[in-house]
Amino acid sequence: MNPLSHIINSTDLPVMKPFNYTVSAALQARDIVKFSLNKRTALVLILVLTAWLGIDAAYAQVQGDPNQTILQTLIKWTPLMFFGPPNEFGGFVLNITVSFIAMAMGTFMGLWVGIGQVSPNKIIRRASWLTTQLFRNSPWLVLLFYFMFLLPYTVEIGGIRYDIPGWIKATFALSLPIMANLSEIVRGAINSIPTGQWESAQSLGFTRRQILWQIILPQCIKRMIPPWMNWYCILTMATPLISILGVNDGMTLTQHALAAEARSEFLIPMYLWLMTWFFIYSYPIALYTQRFERRFTITT
Amino acid sequence: MDWFLWLHAEHGIKLTIFYDHWDRGRFIKGIWTTIHLSFVTIVLSIVIGIIGAWFQKSRFIWIRTIVQGYIQFFRNTPPLIQLYFFYFAMDTFLSGIFNIHGGILGSYGWAVVSLSFFAGAFNVEIFRAGVEAVPESTVESAISLGYSRRQIYQYVTLPLAFRVCLPALNNNLINLIKTTTVAYAIAVPETLYVANQIWSDEYNVLEMMNVVWVIYIIIVGFLVWLMHRWERSTRIPGFGQ
Amino acid sequence: MNTSTWDSAQPIVSLKDVHKSFGDLEVLKGITFDVMKGEVICIIGPSGSGKSTLIRCINALNDIQSGSIKFQGQEVHDPELDKLELRKKVGMVFQQYNLFPHKTALENVMMAPIKVLKQNQEEAEKMARALIRKVRLVGKEDSYPGELSGGQQQRVAIARSLAMSPHIMLFDEITAALDPETVKEVLVTIKELAAEGMTCILVTHEMGFAKELADHIYFTDNGVIVEHGPPNEFFNKAKDPRTKEFLSQIL
Repeated sequence: MNPLSHIINSTDLPVMKPFNYTVSAALQARDIVKFSLNKRTALVLILVLTAWLGIDAAYAQVQGDPNQTILQTLIKWTPLMFFGPPNEFGGFVLNITVSFIAMAMGTFMGLWVGIGQVSPNKIIRRASWLTTQLFRNSPWLVLLFYFMFLLPYTVEIGGIRYDIPGWIKATFALSLPIMANLSEIVRGAINSIPTGQWESAQSLGFTRRQILWQIILPQCIKRMIPPWMNWYCILTMATPLISILGVNDGMTLTQHALAAEARSEFLIPMYLWLMTWFFIYSYPIALYTQRFERRFTITT
Repeated sequence: MDWFLWLHAEHGIKLTIFYDHWDRGRFIKGIWTTIHLSFVTIVLSIVIGIIGAWFQKSRFIWIRTIVQGYIQFFRNTPPLIQLYFFYFAMDTFLSGIFNIHGGILGSYGWAVVSLSFFAGAFNVEIFRAGVEAVPESTVESAISLGYSRRQIYQYVTLPLAFRVCLPALNNNLINLIKTTTVAYAIAVPETLYVANQIWSDEYNVLEMMNVVWVIYIIIVGFLVWLMHRWERSTRIPGFGQ
Repeated sequence: MNTSTWDSAQPIVSLKDVHKSFGDLEVLKGITFDVMKGEVICIIGPSGSGKSTLIRCINALNDIQSGSIKFQGQEVHDPELDKLELRKKVGMVFQQYNLFPHKTALENVMMAPIKVLKQNQEEAEKMARALIRKVRLVGKEDSYPGELSGGQQQRVAIARSLAMSPHIMLFDEITAALDPETVKEVLVTIKELAAEGMTCILVTHEMGFAKELADHIYFTDNGVIVEHGPPNEFFNKAKDPRTKEFLSQIL
């Protein structure tokens, strides 16, 4: 079995051991805590922190500006970069929120499109396949442009005009490629269940719908989790794209901060600072995905 | 050509890129930029991937750590920010150090650097996993047949590793082509950027967006098909599946 | 399903000149035989002779190109026929057991009666426990298939099919994936089933079993029934040279 499965967005899914749905196999809070205190994660985080203190010290030496060290500048701008402008939802928090909502929407839609891809009905199958291919092959930035320009700016419900904030449109646009990729994951997972399961269920008189929902899909869930988590990381790394469309996310506000300071020695630290936040958020997730997959995969 | 003019007159659909000489020229240039930007970054990222995979096997732990640090950095930070970092931060910084005016590389150059390192990080992992997937026993039998290390690499490891890597590699390369659109953010005149210029001039946002979307789907779709053909033609029956 | 015109004097399963092809390859080339209620039938033959395909045509897992298969007087491959109803009466056990790995043994056995026959939970559970006792797996009700041995899984599979109270049971090489010690425990279960009067059609390699239990043995080769007869005649007085060659190789 292809050991690269956790990187691939394809139908080559890891072959899973037969498993129990017992509590020990599930994601427990205990696991998360134990994991965060994991030696390796802690080591990486300490390294990152040390790097920052080092950079700060180095700059302080070079610049000799008593008014503001790098670290002080970063701390000064952090609330804005992290939470957004006052009275407005923005900043890094917006990036994370967009990633959650887009992932949730995309997962939900993708599940249905994926099931549609294995439907016995030819029309549904074709339509699902087309949808999947359309949104898999489109660059995410193009989709963002497309939907942000073409979805309305206001909507009228019950006689009252509501403004649709840009980030909501962006979230919808980002959920579409997730839908397409998840549809492929679902299709691959369904196809990876041995046909013997379908046959024995059919021989017992189950309907196709019963077989799909009670027998096949429950077995699919575990094998879909590593690629699903992988796509979540990719999505989170793509959220700064919304800054190009004018949304006040972490990237835009970093650029505002840099413009306000107007000093070139802050360029590298500011960008690195923002990147660090993404790193600290994403790296543990990536590590956990690997561990999860290793625990439940048979290697040939 | 006339049909498009008619389309404009009758239905108000402005597809100037088809009948306007200037617009068509720059749009085609934009598509071409996307294509050769993709090509250059693909090649460079493969080279970086091979070099990285090689150094990952190094005896020295500090080399291995650097490679691992490189991979984790580029995989866990957003490519857009990486691009800004290179183009704005690194460029200014290096210009300052070497006292060069006007930047070291243009926007195109930094886009190539940034995207190549980004895709290269994934490729290192892909190549490493490919080499590891070659069964130990196969390599041992080659050793006992008297092959030298280089010969084993060339005749046994690489051909097998290549076939294991291919699906993941293709996937990564196709994603790279889609990722070249971020170069828009630093004004590289690729397809999306040029389309923006055109619709700013001609006020035909909807038409241009549709055209851009269709163009990308065609390019990417074609490459996906090509990659599938390649995978199928190099497949060894019974291996890896 | 309308079985009002069928009575037990007529064959419960009746095949007439059945032809089946996979694409261009014809696998069944005119199979004809009858099975009476309460009989135990063994189908034996070399690999590729079409035995598994044959048995899967009986409960419509595979379709047929021509010929007729009748179950209780009803044509199985009639497009109008409700296949779900048919499968409630025809039980099947597979070589690979095919238990549902995400459910316990008890749940595996209970699931179909509850979901398909719409029985109530307590009744279904009572019957499931009784069946598990019958296949001698008491104490393993809450084990998952991954925790059971091959022979145990196969017995759970048998209990699962029995839970639907089928009229006949089909067995597709159910001992082929088991090692010799565990084969015995499965065959004992089948023996008891047969003794209770269940109509059984087995595709098998176990000659000893066929000799002991079968009412009738059919030997297939290359998609046709070469020879058949009660065990006595079949094993001792085989007429066709192909049969004799096959028997000499395995006995």
